[in-house]
Amino acid sequence: MSVDEIKGKYPDVWRRFTPRETLFRYLWYGGIVFAAVWSLERLEIPWFYFLDAHKQAKDLIVRMVPPYWPFFRQVLDPLIETIHIATLGTIATVIVSLPIAVLSARNTTPNGISWLLGRFLLVTSRSVNTVVWGLIFVAIFGPGPMAGIWSIVARSIGFVGKLIAEAIEEIDKGTVEAVEATGASPMQVLVVGVIPQVLPVIYGTIIYRWDINIRESTVLGFVGAGGIGILLYSSINQFAWHEVSVMLIVIFAIVMISEYISASVRRLIT
Amino acid sequence: MSTSTTWHPPHLIPNPVYRYGLVGLGVAYVLWSATTLEIDWQRVSQGLPRAGDILTRMFPPEFSRWELLYRGLRESIQMALAASFFGMILAVPLGLSAAANLAPLPIYLLGRALLGITRTFHEVIIAIFFVKVFGFGPLAGVLTLVIASMSFIGKMLAEDIENMPPSQLEAIRATGASFPKLLLYGVQPQMLPRYLGVSIYRLDANIRHSTVVGIVGAGGIGQVLGASFSRYDFDFSLAILISIVTLVFIGEFFSNWVRARLR
Repeated sequence: MSVDEIKGKYPDVWRRFTPRETLFRYLWYGGIVFAAVWSLERLEIPWFYFLDAHKQAKDLIVRMVPPYWPFFRQVLDPLIETIHIATLGTIATVIVSLPIAVLSARNTTPNGISWLLGRFLLVTSRSVNTVVWGLIFVAIFGPGPMAGIWSIVARSIGFVGKLIAEAIEEIDKGTVEAVEATGASPMQVLVVGVIPQVLPVIYGTIIYRWDINIRESTVLGFVGAGGIGILLYSSINQFAWHEVSVMLIVIFAIVMISEYISASVRRLIT
Repeated sequence: MSTSTTWHPPHLIPNPVYRYGLVGLGVAYVLWSATTLEIDWQRVSQGLPRAGDILTRMFPPEFSRWELLYRGLRESIQMALAASFFGMILAVPLGLSAAANLAPLPIYLLGRALLGITRTFHEVIIAIFFVKVFGFGPLAGVLTLVIASMSFIGKMLAEDIENMPPSQLEAIRATGASFPKLLLYGVQPQMLPRYLGVSIYRLDANIRHSTVVGIVGAGGIGQVLGASFSRYDFDFSLAILISIVTLVFIGEFFSNWVRARLR
């Protein structure tokens, strides 16, 4: 190897990226900028709306302050209903999602078809938003908390089931084999060998989902599925901003409290 | 204990009083909530036949109005892209200001408060406000998703910066670097891969959420879906639902692929 060759191979100036890497990096950047510009151009956003947006926002805030606190009495019942929808929905989710999780874990599913079925249920449940599920269940059960509970269940199955299934796939095989060696039936293997190992994950996931569900159930009312959302929507449509601000503060409070409860319980059990 | 021949697994809560007390509380709660909920049982009992009716009217899914469907989906994707892009940019100052080891206390508190407020309110509530301020249409949806993305990415960023090993920051500070240089050489190299990963994940989350903000009139496929439901066009609704599930699936696949490439 001549000196020149070595010089070519080891340049004096250190560079972090090779030219090829640099090219690809700039291609990515270009792609991202292009995507952003394309998306904005086609959306035909009326930019002049922004001109008085700050005035509009200020106006809105002025109208919301001070909150009309006597309205809290009317908020209380829908608020409790919101919490009930989230909690009952989460409880029902436990019952429904466990069998689906067992189906979707490769090591506990009976065969390929049942595995596919489990995965399909999980993916469908996760892809459709709670509010969209709300539309469907309102069409089925009529407006009210029943539709709300079922939309919470329908969306939570995918979340809870997926996490439990992943936990089941990572359990210790030795325990399961030991239980199998005693001649236990598949059901007994499940109850004694598998479930106890994932129990902490189940509790953790459930309580975590519960606090997400509190947040979700505050908006279910927008499609008529019960809870505080119904009242919030009607107050907004009547431009009763003093009532709206009461409800926003209340929603903020319960979401914060549920997040705090969920975090402390999870810290306790793990 | 030696007289006992059967083995019992240890309980999660060792104290039986607390254990059964908790179960009792749970049962009492369910009974109480079930009685206070105003459920119209007569209407609910019609649910099963109604579900059957809706299902039969859903099949076969109607794809003949694909133009409307396509326009809605494209709008949703565009909303998600634009929102992720601007959310990503806005998340940087927010994340920096909400990191306790970088920002001075007043700015830190402000940043944390902003994160808390934007994160507690559901996207749909934020969307309604933007619809009131900017009128119906995708602009309200994009702004909603920008806020949601900003707070999501910002929170991740803030927590990552706080968990950063302090030695590198100290080393850069020791050279007498100014604050921008500290960010550029001390923080940026450590944060960039995670930041990009979270942003890409958020793109996929935005695609999912863009389908729902439309229900309150903030544009995208959700608006088409809401309209089809209120007109009892269930076969078209099913077509939309199938497209949404497909789109979400592709989005998830894309985001996983990109994140795998980012290591």
